[in-house]
Amino acid sequence: MLTIGLAHYLTVGAILFVLGIFGIFINRKNVIVILMSIELILLSVNLNLVAFSSRLDDLTGQVFAMFILTVAAAEAAIGLAVVVIYYRSHGSIEVDDISTLKG
Amino acid sequence: MNWNLALPELVLALCGLAILLFGVIPKRDMTFPCTMAVIGAFLVTGVLVLGQNEGTAFGGQYVADDFSAFMKLLTLAAAALSLLLALDWNQKEKLSRFEFPVLVLFATVGMMAMISANDLMSLYLGLELLSLPLYVLAAFDRDNPRSAEAGLKYFVLGALASGMLLYGSSLVYGFAGTTNFDRLADALSSAQGVSSGVIVGIVFIIAALAFKIAAVPFHMWTPDVYEGAPTPVTSFFASAPKVATVALLVRILAGPFGDVMAQWQQVIVLTSLGSMVLGAFAAIGQNNIKRLMAYSSIGHVGFTLMGLAVGGESGLRGVLVYMAIYIAMNLGAFAVLIAMRRNGRAVEGVQDLAGLGRTDPAMALAMAIFMFSMAGIPPLAGFFAKLYVLLPAVEQGFWILATVGVLSSVVSAYYYLRIVKVMYFDEALPAFDVRPAGISVVLAGTGFFTLFFFLFPAPLLDAARLAVAAIIG
Repeated sequence: MLTIGLAHYLTVGAILFVLGIFGIFINRKNVIVILMSIELILLSVNLNLVAFSSRLDDLTGQVFAMFILTVAAAEAAIGLAVVVIYYRSHGSIEVDDISTLKG
Repeated sequence: MNWNLALPELVLALCGLAILLFGVIPKRDMTFPCTMAVIGAFLVTGVLVLGQNEGTAFGGQYVADDFSAFMKLLTLAAAALSLLLALDWNQKEKLSRFEFPVLVLFATVGMMAMISANDLMSLYLGLELLSLPLYVLAAFDRDNPRSAEAGLKYFVLGALASGMLLYGSSLVYGFAGTTNFDRLADALSSAQGVSSGVIVGIVFIIAALAFKIAAVPFHMWTPDVYEGAPTPVTSFFASAPKVATVALLVRILAGPFGDVMAQWQQVIVLTSLGSMVLGAFAAIGQNNIKRLMAYSSIGHVGFTLMGLAVGGESGLRGVLVYMAIYIAMNLGAFAVLIAMRRNGRAVEGVQDLAGLGRTDPAMALAMAIFMFSMAGIPPLAGFFAKLYVLLPAVEQGFWILATVGVLSSVVSAYYYLRIVKVMYFDEALPAFDVRPAGISVVLAGTGFFTLFFFLFPAPLLDAARLAVAAIIG
């Protein structure tokens, strides 16, 4: 019988984190997918923190996770607002189109 | 629980809420009164910071010492000057909304919380309180496609950096068992060595902060965001948040992570080298002056990191002095950029400065002073800024850093002096629109500071020395 220990949680956390990073860099489709990837990164961190918190028998990690949840909500709100503004002026949210500024 | 230690932040945040109400209730345009109220709040906060006691509060989350006081005064001054610069521009660009000063105020609260952070948690909250208003500010000119694009780029990459910071923090927490800086210092100084989990976490945290100060290799967003954002916002981005983030880097690297210096020193040396070289070479081909200033700021960050890599009392003092002088030069140069308007339209090409020496000699002289100073030509302030980071580097035997620093400042002199040449020797274009009073005030203040710093360097140097003593202990 396999017991689920800290290492398993950390592995899942690391996989989610890497998925989030790749979601931002490899994704060529849509800005909304980037927002989802950002949420994925933050959730992987929360998983890490809660796993560590339970292993260390220390509440700090869980408090930290609550703060991250709150800030992530604010961040998502601002991110969506910026995407709306962008859509109004460009008429598209394709990632490939975001290239007016370069050089 | 001595919450009154955090009085400056509390007062500033409450002022922010009050000014928000004050701006929203009347029907007419409240930009000017709100801007003045925010600058007043900055002044009051500055006085409170000067009278602040030392110690920690909120269960060790918050620390007030000479270092935090020095850095907070710098950020407050930079934020207030950027607001002065923005006032007239926003009116002419039809961006006069009272939210602008309020957003700057909340970003400043975030910076102050960040400077005083004594725990990974308060560090993160301060950094987010700083970043969220900055995302909005970058997209403030929302009908302008370039500004919207700058906001979007800044948001995506900024959120990625926050994610890296958090991942690093979670690893440090898990492997060191605490998030408090004092207890981290104890945990990391123990004799049995440091687990590799902590080292990976520290590298993640450094990468995220390097992103926020736009150091190579995390600088990709800077030129785009600096070019796309409205010019006063760019001047704010290039000044106050940089000071606050450098302060944070100094605090965590010299404090809790000071005992594992051998592990992170190489990283800082490499980012410093990369930033100086990129800042020198990439700006050469730029014709947009805001883009040029973006690369120039990357180069200056490289010099600041040199002081941090060298470390020790003299190296860190160099960092603080560099930041103070950089802010003065940079805000002065941006004051000129903001004054670049012809027939009611903002222009931002280097060639648009042509003949400024004849059409507006005073402003051309100020710009020449800032450019010479940034190039590091004595006896201007920028020379001393570079001197105070190069000297410790040479004394401690960081020959590669010092040599690359000097060479890159020679290369960067090319594009700084090109601006001076365009102003004085190129065929004159029509004069710029009349320069508003706020810009003249900022130009005169920063210009005199840059020009006469060599006569009175003692107050700044002493304050920086005291501040460094507070964190090295």
